[in-house]
Amino acid sequence: MNVLVLIKQVPDTTDVRIDRETNTLIREGVPSIINPFDTYAIEEGLRLRESAGGGTVTVMSMGPPQVEGALREALALGVDDAILLSDRAFAGSDTWATSYTLAAGIRKRGEFDVVLCGKQAIDGDTAQVGPGVAKLLGIPQVAYVRKLTLDGKRCIAERMMEDGSDVLGVPLPALFTVVKEINEPRLPSLKGKMKAKKAEITVWGVSDLEVDDSEIGLDGSPTRVKTIFAPELRTNGIVFQGEVDETVPLLVKELVPILKTEI
Amino acid sequence: MSSIEVLEERCVGCELCIKACLYDAIEMRDGIAVIKDNCTLCGACVEPCKFDAIILRQEKREAVELSDYRGVWVVAEQRAGVLHDVSFELLGKGRELAEELSVELSAVLLGSGVEDLAPQLIARGADRVYVVDEPELEHFLDEPYSNVVAELIGRHSPEIVLTGATSMGRSLIPRVAVQVKTGLTADCTGLAIDDKERLLLQTRPAFGGNIMATIICPDFRPQMATVRHKVMSALDADPSRKGEIVREKMDAVLLESKVEYIEFVKDLTQTINIADADIIVSGGRGLGGPENFHLVEELAEAMGGAVGASRAAVDAGWVPYSHQVGQTGKTVQPKLYIACGISGAVQHLAGMQSSKTIVAINKDPDAPIFHAATYGIVGDLFDVLPALTKSLKAEL
Ligand SMILES: Cc1cc2nc3c(=O)[nH]c(=O)nc-3n(C[C@H](O)[C@H](O)[C@H](O)COP(=O)(O)OP(=O)(O)OC[C@H]3O[C@@H](n4cnc5c(N)ncnc54)[C@H](O)[C@@H]3O)c2cc1C
Ligand SMILES: Cc1cc2nc3c(=O)[nH]c(=O)nc-3n(C[C@H](O)[C@H](O)[C@H](O)COP(=O)(O)OP(=O)(O)OC[C@H]3O[C@@H](n4cnc5c(N)ncnc54)[C@H](O)[C@@H]3O)c2cc1C
Repeated sequence: MNVLVLIKQVPDTTDVRIDRETNTLIREGVPSIINPFDTYAIEEGLRLRESAGGGTVTVMSMGPPQVEGALREALALGVDDAILLSDRAFAGSDTWATSYTLAAGIRKRGEFDVVLCGKQAIDGDTAQVGPGVAKLLGIPQVAYVRKLTLDGKRCIAERMMEDGSDVLGVPLPALFTVVKEINEPRLPSLKGKMKAKKAEITVWGVSDLEVDDSEIGLDGSPTRVKTIFAPELRTNGIVFQGEVDETVPLLVKELVPILKTEI
Repeated sequence: MSSIEVLEERCVGCELCIKACLYDAIEMRDGIAVIKDNCTLCGACVEPCKFDAIILRQEKREAVELSDYRGVWVVAEQRAGVLHDVSFELLGKGRELAEELSVELSAVLLGSGVEDLAPQLIARGADRVYVVDEPELEHFLDEPYSNVVAELIGRHSPEIVLTGATSMGRSLIPRVAVQVKTGLTADCTGLAIDDKERLLLQTRPAFGGNIMATIICPDFRPQMATVRHKVMSALDADPSRKGEIVREKMDAVLLESKVEYIEFVKDLTQTINIADADIIVSGGRGLGGPENFHLVEELAEAMGGAVGASRAAVDAGWVPYSHQVGQTGKTVQPKLYIACGISGAVQHLAGMQSSKTIVAINKDPDAPIFHAATYGIVGDLFDVLPALTKSLKAEL
């Protein structure tokens, strides 16, 4: 069982705050972490290897050189090897170009049975890369997987929908994106950490991959970010202060028309 | 290759760009901004620079023949023969966009034995419904569904394609976008037309709701976007509206699926999905304990609303996880959201700040929740909630 796990390094958005004076993000001191959903993908990869009784788990990421840190964290958890796709030419990739580059990396890596992704990245928040990679590799996909079991040559996947789960039989190779209900990620062992420190990380740039220059990075991205701004504050909010017998009637006066007309 | 550059003679070292950068990719060296190699070329720093010292150079590229693409499409979603409300909401918005562009609005309907649903889509604003009714499409499977939508786009060349940001939409449509090679914007909360350029301006939250970005797709067609449930407004159903129903045939290979649909397992623990509620009353740590949650439930009941909670209340075991609102819980967008004893942490705001009207009840006048609120009461919830429930019951 050869598993590839795609991981993204992201700023810990839970630590990101907005400076209301300047309406900008306060990024100072915000640590970079492995996208939280990807930690479940790593764990699922390790479990698949265990239940298949052997094989390899490889993590792959596209990003700047500092992503090496995230890859070493994954190695400390027991992942066999790590590949970083890094090149200035990849900068500015939207989900199309990201999927294209990752698919090229996976092809170069060689044979695989399963590709695992997180449900979505907490910065870009699109959930589009997994399905995009699957299409470019020409393999089936199942998104929002909450349970994955090996069943001979195929996997049984439970896909989380709004009203319940679809149970699907999936022949391999296939790509799955996972939700956090799927497992409880393990912690790194001391031995794992030592090994990760010394491990060799493979780095591939544009010239190592079979890619078309016009399909990568900003140039290969159909979408363009036109503007970025802080969400509007309701500065005109009305706050009632005082005794309950004053404030509650004032609020009720505002709410009743809303309840009667809009809902 | 596209690139970004700081014009050293213009940079005054004011650091505005550093504040604007989402990725901590700019630093000051000798009083001049230097772009580091983790820059993603997103351009967030270009406009904030008051001295025009940052230039993002984008390579010119061949655009597809844009005028070959006309019309606005909505990919309708049905599960077990029932249309999802988000499809009606998208038709409401699609109608607006189509009129602005002076083109037709079409819906795409996939499934098995679903043709009867087409008139509902016309009643909600569609001029035309493309129906692909095949036994292979009985259940949602990514491969045949995406093949069919991509094939239809190829046949009819719409300029805009909208899909609900549901589990199904978000799984299916990225596959389609890759197949037809075009851009896709996720989870939009705003859609507008730039009529000079005839472009769809797609506005969406990112970074857990901390920032908003407007995304465009200038050189490829169709322009594709997903939109969350309850963001747009549906038109009232008008059964007298006229529209055309077009049956489309598909080659058998397009309907093949390697994945086999085994069964559907209904989730019984989630009897109500708070994401569907029009009114939500949420409680937080300020309630002090599970024995006080009835105050929240009673207020919700008085208005016919659902009960939500902050993570603090869920983690303490006062309320089941299915009620949690926020970054790691549900994203909700009700018409009315009332937060009781919730401080308003960004992770909570990320899940509810696009609600239409937000009411905050908190004893701390400096609680951040008041920044997000349309109305607020500063006071002790143990006094405010019973009084509010009583007086709303009397009024409604
Ligand atoms: C504010 C903002 C808004 C944006 N909006 C859009 C948009 O609407 N449409 C669009 O096409 N692009 C958009 N982008 C660009 C997008 O963020 C990048 O393309 C990003 O590289 C991938 O998208 P994501 O973060 O949404 O990942 P997702 O698609 O949410 O990631 C899903 C999974 O894919 C894998 N994965 C994702 N990226 C990588 C990677 N670099 N290396 C390895 N595995 C990875 C991980 O397993 C991850 O869990 C936006 C960027 C910004 C800054
Ligand atoms: C990775 C991560 C993900 C997270 N995801 C979520 C999420 O999905 N959803 C979420 O909600 N949180 C989430 N959090 C947690 C979040 O940061 C906050 O800790 C949490 O929202 C706080 O809940 P609270 O507002 O109920 O409690 P507190 O912050 O403790 O606020 C309680 C409030 O009640 C008020 N109060 C107290 N007594 C009274 C009274 N008698 N009358 C009136 N007001 C009173 C206080 O003034 C205070 O403002 C997440 C955090 C992390 C790190």
